[in-house]
Amino acid sequence: MSTAIQIEGLGKRYLIRHQKQDRYLSLRDEIMRTMHRAVDKLVHREEERQRPSGIEEFWALKDINLTIEQGERVGIIGRNGAGKSTLLKVLSRITEPTEGQVRIRGRVASLLEVGTGFHPELTGRENIFLNGAILGMKREEIRRRFDAIVDLAEVEKFLDTPVKRFSSGMYVRLAFAIAANLDSEILILDEVLAVGDQHFQNKCQGKMDEVGKKGRTIIFVSHNMGLIQKMTDRSILLVNGELTESGNTADVVAAYFSDRKSSSQSGDIKTRSDRLFINNITFCHDKLAAGFNRPLHFSFGISCKTVVDQVTVVLGIWNTLGSRLVTTRCTVMLPQGEANILDIALNNHHLPPGNYSLSVDIAIAAETIFSSEHLLFFDLSDLYVTERDLIPFLKHHRDKLGAFVPADITINAAVP
Amino acid sequence: MPDRELLIRRGKPIQGVIRELWEFRELFLLLAWRDVLVRYKQTILGISWSVLRPVLTMAIFVVIFGKIAKLPDGGVPYPILVFAAMLPWQFFSNTVSESSNTLISNAAMVSKIYFPRIILPTTSMVVSLVDFLIAFVLLLMLMAWYGFYPTWKFALLPLLLILAAVTSMGIGFLISALNVKYRDFRHIVPFIVQLGLYVSPVGFSSAVIPEQWRLLYSINPMVGVIDGFRWAILGGDTSIYWPGFALSVGLGLTLFAIGVRYFLNTERSFADVI
Repeated sequence: MSTAIQIEGLGKRYLIRHQKQDRYLSLRDEIMRTMHRAVDKLVHREEERQRPSGIEEFWALKDINLTIEQGERVGIIGRNGAGKSTLLKVLSRITEPTEGQVRIRGRVASLLEVGTGFHPELTGRENIFLNGAILGMKREEIRRRFDAIVDLAEVEKFLDTPVKRFSSGMYVRLAFAIAANLDSEILILDEVLAVGDQHFQNKCQGKMDEVGKKGRTIIFVSHNMGLIQKMTDRSILLVNGELTESGNTADVVAAYFSDRKSSSQSGDIKTRSDRLFINNITFCHDKLAAGFNRPLHFSFGISCKTVVDQVTVVLGIWNTLGSRLVTTRCTVMLPQGEANILDIALNNHHLPPGNYSLSVDIAIAAETIFSSEHLLFFDLSDLYVTERDLIPFLKHHRDKLGAFVPADITINAAVP
Repeated sequence: MPDRELLIRRGKPIQGVIRELWEFRELFLLLAWRDVLVRYKQTILGISWSVLRPVLTMAIFVVIFGKIAKLPDGGVPYPILVFAAMLPWQFFSNTVSESSNTLISNAAMVSKIYFPRIILPTTSMVVSLVDFLIAFVLLLMLMAWYGFYPTWKFALLPLLLILAAVTSMGIGFLISALNVKYRDFRHIVPFIVQLGLYVSPVGFSSAVIPEQWRLLYSINPMVGVIDGFRWAILGGDTSIYWPGFALSVGLGLTLFAIGVRYFLNTERSFADVI
């Protein structure tokens, strides 16, 4: 078996500007800055050689070393902002590494987003050709696979309809079907399989299995741990741009979930509201009593510019296989203030020991202002440790017990 | 052996660019085809707009410059005089204004897909070229209507068209790349194009310009192109001011070189900045 991808000391640096809401750099700013710099140089000479204030270095990827053999299916996992997408972008040549290098043998096809390059005004048929070309297929190749694509996407009736009239499901199916029919040696996928309904997902997975059997190399990013475990044999874990774990997928997923630091989130939790801001979201370990089915406490630090009425918070709890097990909802009124603390306790959840992730949706009245999956992770695997009636049997099978359900016992003693 | 080893690292060898463009030629053609196809979708008049626009502009020019300002026409029917210049000018202004926005309007593609980015602004040129060809047929009809027959110089038009393409693409490359980083250019371009229409000899012949200023006037690279078009189309005793023409051509080529260079040098950071 030969090496398909060899990554050596890869690093990617971004320079971040901290400035008041300057989304785009305007020419005026640049001219002003250049002039300031020139003046600074004249005045200060050698003193200040640092970067101009307000610019900070940020390493999205740092010293990544990885070898992927031909035909391997490798998963990349990590939290939002860990560098997964940046890594894929470097591998797809979209962005340039700052240091290090990558050697790739074979044709690469990458699908970082479903339906990029689709043109809404063009018909399904036209878009198949356009998108195929964008993904690097030759026209002849697309023609040959046209039927297979249409078949997989199940859009034969709408081939001559502009895709702007497609339902979002059809749109995504068509886009994926084109990519799935790519004949490249290396396939790079970023969180694109988690689309469509169950029927389509099964189809996709069947297709991916088939693709994998042909000896093609697949690199796959997903937050869906179930899918990752099903699809890949080997995985790597990225934490803040660094590769911290590499090996058997099951082990890496376990390592990912057991990372206790991730049970709190703060900083870049952005809401689509100008009245309500989230400062932090935390899973309160300290409030977790030992024992099964004890309340789980989640604390939300929220600041409100005004009194906000009808704030609905929906929490979802997911397991490592990517299934949503529990959902809870509450509607509250939040007072004006910088440091409101909203504490939500989940009672009677019946969650078995294990690792979980939390998804949060927040709406004001009917308008969703925040929505995020896998926002934070928590670990409930030690629930039984101090359980009063922990007997040796339970100790050995601690993680295989499932939900621990107390039993109501009646003894009808036959008194002689 | 389909396996070709690819090395990804900082900095890209410039010599690979041509080969890569060849590899992506199908994408280039498809994108051009897309832009042509999409242009008049959901319009009632459809492709007729390509005919209507130059005709209307020409009519305005004939009225304003020919009838009201009464600029000299050198014995050529004024509509043809104007149209001969309108052709390259429209081609130039369409190319520049379309291509300067093309990276921004295809931002999703730029940040998610790998392909030689220079394809995008070049595509805009192809779209303008289609309009040019339609308008050219109109010109032929106009000439037939006035009974105006071309001379051998007419055969040189393709060369002049290439010159127009090179000049406008140079500016297009430069501005589209700058636009990625500095959105100011989105506002500057319409201004350049509008101003350019009045300072270029479109509505009038450049013979109007006093002799001592003509070389200076030719700093506008489109002056050479437009004069060239008039010279080739009108034939006869239309003269061309050669030093000015040479200057315009030189500047056009220089702009092209600068545009390509700047584009290729900044290309690799597009996905990060856009």
